[in-house]
Amino acid sequence: MPVIRIDGQDYEVKEGDNLLQACLGLGLDLPYFCWHPAMGSIGACRQCAVVQYQNAEDQRGRLVMSCMTPVSDGAIFSLAGDKAATFRQAIIESLMTNHPHDCPVCAEGGECHLQDMTVMVGHRDRHYRGLKRTHRNQNLGPLIQHEMNRCIACYRCTRYYRDYAGGTDLAAMAAHNHVYFGRHEDGVLESEFAGNLVEVCPTGVFTDKPLQQEYTRKWDLQSAPSLCTGCAVGCNTLAGERYGKLKRIHNRYNSEVNGYFLCDRGRFGASFVNHKQRLDWAGRRSANGRFDAIDSDQALQHLAAACQRGGLAGIGSPRASVEANFLLRTLVGADNYSPGFSAAEQPLVELALSLQQQTRALIPSIKQIESADAVFILGEDVTNTAPRIALALRQSVRNIAYTMAAQLRLLPWQDAAVRNLAQEQRNPLFIAALADTRLDDVAAATLHLAPADIARLGHAVAARIRTARAHSPATLSPNKVSPNKVPPNEVMDEALQQQADTIASALLDAKRPLLLSGTGCGSAAVMAAAADIAAALGSPAAATVTKGNVNNSDSDSDSDAENSSTTASKVDSDAAGPAVMLCLAVPEANSLGQALLTGPSAPTLEALTVRAVGGEIQTLLVLENDLYRRGPAADIERLLQHVAEIIVIDSLDNPTLSASTLALPAASFAESEGTLVSMEGRAQRHFPVFLPAKERRASWQWLLACLQAISHPRTTDLQHFDDVTNACASDIAALANITKAAPDHLFRNAGLAKVPRQPHRYSGRTAMGANVSVHEPKQAADEDSALAFSMEGVNQFQPGALLPFVWAPGWNSNQSLHKFQTEVGGPLKGGTAGAKLLQQTGAADDHAAPLSPSAFKPVTGQWLLVPRYKIFGSEELSAHSPAIAQLLLPAYLEITAADAERLQVDEGDGVQVMDSASGATLATLEVRINDTMADGCAGYSVGHSAHQGSIFNLVAGTGVALQKADPWQRRTQSAPGADLIATDSPTNSNTAAPGGPNHV
Amino acid sequence: MSLDRPLTRNVRPDRTPTDLAAYEANGGYQGLRRALGKLVPAECLQIIKDSNLRGRGGAGFPTGMKWSFVPMENASPGHKYLVCNADEMEPGTFKDRLLLECDPHQLIEGMILAAYTIQADIAYIFIRAEYHLAAQLLREAIAACNAKGYLGENILGSDYSLTMHVHTSAGRYICGEETALINSLEGKRATPRAKPPFPQVSGLWGRPTIVNNVETLCNIPHIIERGADWFQALGLTADAGTKMYGVSGRVKNPGCWELPMGTPIREILMEYAGGMEDGYQLRGFLPGGGSTDFLTPEHLDLAMDYDTIGKAGSRMGTGTMIILDDKTCPVGFVTNLMEFFARESCGFCTPCRDGLPWSAQVLNDIEQGRGLPEDLHTLARQVTFIGAIGNTHCALAPGAMEPLASGLKYFREDFERHISGGHCPWCDGGVN
Repeated sequence: MPVIRIDGQDYEVKEGDNLLQACLGLGLDLPYFCWHPAMGSIGACRQCAVVQYQNAEDQRGRLVMSCMTPVSDGAIFSLAGDKAATFRQAIIESLMTNHPHDCPVCAEGGECHLQDMTVMVGHRDRHYRGLKRTHRNQNLGPLIQHEMNRCIACYRCTRYYRDYAGGTDLAAMAAHNHVYFGRHEDGVLESEFAGNLVEVCPTGVFTDKPLQQEYTRKWDLQSAPSLCTGCAVGCNTLAGERYGKLKRIHNRYNSEVNGYFLCDRGRFGASFVNHKQRLDWAGRRSANGRFDAIDSDQALQHLAAACQRGGLAGIGSPRASVEANFLLRTLVGADNYSPGFSAAEQPLVELALSLQQQTRALIPSIKQIESADAVFILGEDVTNTAPRIALALRQSVRNIAYTMAAQLRLLPWQDAAVRNLAQEQRNPLFIAALADTRLDDVAAATLHLAPADIARLGHAVAARIRTARAHSPATLSPNKVSPNKVPPNEVMDEALQQQADTIASALLDAKRPLLLSGTGCGSAAVMAAAADIAAALGSPAAATVTKGNVNNSDSDSDSDAENSSTTASKVDSDAAGPAVMLCLAVPEANSLGQALLTGPSAPTLEALTVRAVGGEIQTLLVLENDLYRRGPAADIERLLQHVAEIIVIDSLDNPTLSASTLALPAASFAESEGTLVSMEGRAQRHFPVFLPAKERRASWQWLLACLQAISHPRTTDLQHFDDVTNACASDIAALANITKAAPDHLFRNAGLAKVPRQPHRYSGRTAMGANVSVHEPKQAADEDSALAFSMEGVNQFQPGALLPFVWAPGWNSNQSLHKFQTEVGGPLKGGTAGAKLLQQTGAADDHAAPLSPSAFKPVTGQWLLVPRYKIFGSEELSAHSPAIAQLLLPAYLEITAADAERLQVDEGDGVQVMDSASGATLATLEVRINDTMADGCAGYSVGHSAHQGSIFNLVAGTGVALQKADPWQRRTQSAPGADLIATDSPTNSNTAAPGGPNHV
Repeated sequence: MSLDRPLTRNVRPDRTPTDLAAYEANGGYQGLRRALGKLVPAECLQIIKDSNLRGRGGAGFPTGMKWSFVPMENASPGHKYLVCNADEMEPGTFKDRLLLECDPHQLIEGMILAAYTIQADIAYIFIRAEYHLAAQLLREAIAACNAKGYLGENILGSDYSLTMHVHTSAGRYICGEETALINSLEGKRATPRAKPPFPQVSGLWGRPTIVNNVETLCNIPHIIERGADWFQALGLTADAGTKMYGVSGRVKNPGCWELPMGTPIREILMEYAGGMEDGYQLRGFLPGGGSTDFLTPEHLDLAMDYDTIGKAGSRMGTGTMIILDDKTCPVGFVTNLMEFFARESCGFCTPCRDGLPWSAQVLNDIEQGRGLPEDLHTLARQVTFIGAIGNTHCALAPGAMEPLASGLKYFREDFERHISGGHCPWCDGGVN
């Protein structure tokens, strides 16, 4: 480790780091703008200048930019030196020549990196007498507010948006001090990751537009460590509240999971928490069919009474916490508990779990996905099903750039140099999908195939790998499977065979090949094929496996050591053989937790329906689950009609809730504690950001109260949330490690205090409720967690799972994060949040691979229904966020141009979807023409609100006939947000045109 | 004549272009024939190194040394590029234009030889769009060369192949900076790149690339044909060869001439430019374009070469002088340049993007009579802040500060008169 001298003191620093990251890692304050830990250095802002001395005798020294200066042993620097300090002040003063002094009305104020840096360099007096340049701002859609006059031209936005996230519609334009960062014209930013601009921008150019509707400063936000419930990736979030409303979501750094970035569904999709259709009171259906509000005690009595009557069954939810599901399952009994998946989904999720349990391949974290050097995606449109992974894949294809750079002795953080060197050279990424995906631009090849053909291609790739391995005995492959696997009956067409060869050889050449699939194309065969390739490629590198027999239970064990920083993971030279990764996406935030809780062969919704029809079920408890999203309406109605008492615990009104006899208002994720298990089997905890209003209670509290009311033996000694977690961990072996997801409620920071949810500068505590009562309310106690609804406490040193906000003296912005990291880009000082649960046996790798399915043969006049996911719309709750709601499309059916012509329909026309077998009309949808759609397939939008008929009648894999819908009312609006350009008027409505005040 | 003035030997008095036949008739492509027949690339490189040719674009970096950084043989398989920087935009500079318009084949031969030396397989001429006549002539010349076998596959029957393209710039001063030029050529924003890596290792499309000025490349055929010693002997001082010198401003005969390297300034100014126009006195001059420090009449006897001018506190730059006479306001002169540089900043780094407009604003205030005494302090601060190489991302801003820094040194009383008098003395005098 090199030793450098800074202002007379010696420090040990990490080889290959630049001086800026070394300084920040050492806890030294050094101002910067253009550098970003995830994006490296370009040397644009010149803010991080320091003096470097040639040797001990050199008294003058010369200015160097610390972000562009590699540390080297014996180097001598001064941060405090006059020359550097004066220069840094001059930089800020220059930036300020055009920066408006509008901090009081700027949404960034109080967490502005520019403010922090200005104060840090000590710039005070203004010498510039000229005019400030002004820009016209753009309406960038409902998510991001644009205020270009504040821009200090650090180039972070375009570097993030274009270089990191692969967006194309935001660019630096014009030159000199008129350089402009925006789109070619007003319009919704296209990238699914645009929201990160809010955190990437060091000042108030890009800000959170929904937050501005009812603005709160960072210092006035009460926040808690939370989790995104938008998909199964499990991104860590910081959720902020004021006045009982969830104000915003920021990224919560987790070096293994989301790193520095979220997707827009995660960032902007949580305000369903504030929805006016949230349930406030318990409701009991009266004789006249209406709901009467009842108080919680009455509700509980009804609940308990119903539960004691027998004939009890429960439907859990993949979007509810492990604890709530566990309690419901305990209440109704495992045999009467269905995990709440749709009939099609349940076997898929169970398969995803068992494939992961039985493979020897590494189940990768996001960070490990970033380190992949060859990727094959089978069927999964990750940008729309598990978006954050798409962002990681965009980084993985750049690993070759770091290898090339290393040959020229360039360091990974020399961002511009590395990009200029590698240009368009990328690691191989192959995509076999139902149609086009947003990753096509970085793919080596994209194939648009029906699910069966994707699976066949996968098996063909596996067969080629086995053949290749069989011919080279020197390889490390421990495969016992015979290489001459029976090939599919039908001969694959030649082009596909060639693709299989190409893909197989790319995967064979890779050190860290990644197979990515999931439930997203509705096909078990596709996932099995992905696992087959992983098996063919062999086990992960010995180093990764031997330790504890692939038991990744300890959250920050080997993976942290292996990839301790972003830069290290980028140039990974694994000598021990290939580390094969298998990543299988599942649909919801706790899908995998449900599969782990119930194990295989849990009762399905259909099974419960059969029993209900048979009169076995009198009372049905539904936990946070809109059953109408889980199957055809007729099937759900059949179930509900045969049950006398339907008790629904949920937070937002939905059709299932409307069909209930007793409705119990649930707290949302932001008002409750819970454990969720992500798709990589990582158990993570979210904590209440604020107390649930009115009669809302966390689902686990309703259920625990009920269990105790009926004196259920399992729950007599359960009191706190942690007791439930512990009970679940001890009852369910597969969930034993969920207790490690976060510290329990007894944890005290530094042995003394709870962790505060409110920053030191939290204001108005005594005045906030003065319009109701002038008496200062007592601070609410939090009996269930180690966090306090208070300003008092210590927000430092605690485990990463308990980080409610980032702040450090002099660092009010999110850039203060480095004060909480062991090193820049490294794990948090308190350890990485979460605990990995999956116990892998590797059994599948030693067994014969599953047989390839038969080829898909399109039949004229018949289409195979395939699912098409959308980041905005396919997920239930985020679609209720007002900002997201503005970007939703009505349900649609994607067909090729040829099929459209055959049906004599055009884009925007209606099409009737009929079951080929029964002839029944399933849905009537809007036509969208997508010529990349696999032949003979019709893609239906998953989860979108239906235009006519129920989209949930559609099941992937169904053969359907199509027919032009007549009559059909075409929408006038052709694209989401198309009306944006015409308006910039502020509105609170979630259906009308979006837009905030456009500052001039 | 032809041996003393190799670069302009084909320049006709009426400035009509020399076509391929005329170029060949006057001994053209002999250097190429010599090299491709007899010399391996390493030998060519050695000749250029021995010749002590220094880059004529302004920085004066030894050409042979620059070329020697290009990885040779199989160390770096794939394309290599030679780029001719014909984006001549330095204020007061018009030397490359003369060479381009009058003798395009000389440049092409030089480029083929340079490309052969570094074993580049693709060459670009990056030319400013305003030089449309030159661009057209170059395109015609390249077509003629392709037809004649000087360019294309297996040049003159050798193993060596080279493709050459003309690319007209979209027009920014910063494109003259070689890495900004490369970015522009790639279709990106014309912002300079951080170095290292140098273009010789990772340049155009990430591949080894040499960027040379027009005049530099025009010297190559002659050096290869006649040898390093001949070239060394052309110069009057330590620097070798001839140089295209130019003079603009209130002189009797503004223009551009090829003269031996190290010709005294007085000789250029008095003999070739004909001395000052009647009624005008010389107050100072920028020796090598708009981004060099002022020199004054006391420097007239200095030799115009890189080291001599450097020691005098300025730079020879492009070798084209801009004259400041006694009836032109030095503050206005500097302001005009500063506005140019502020406008031409690429906007990438802070000191240049925001510092130059600030300096221009202060200068404008002074010139308009709104200056305050502390403005001179502000300008001095800006000179320190922006002027040092390394403080900024590239050399544009330090270059831009050179006329200001030296102007403050030599013409300080003029600045002070503007501020104390509250107006520009020249404007009131009715001149300019």
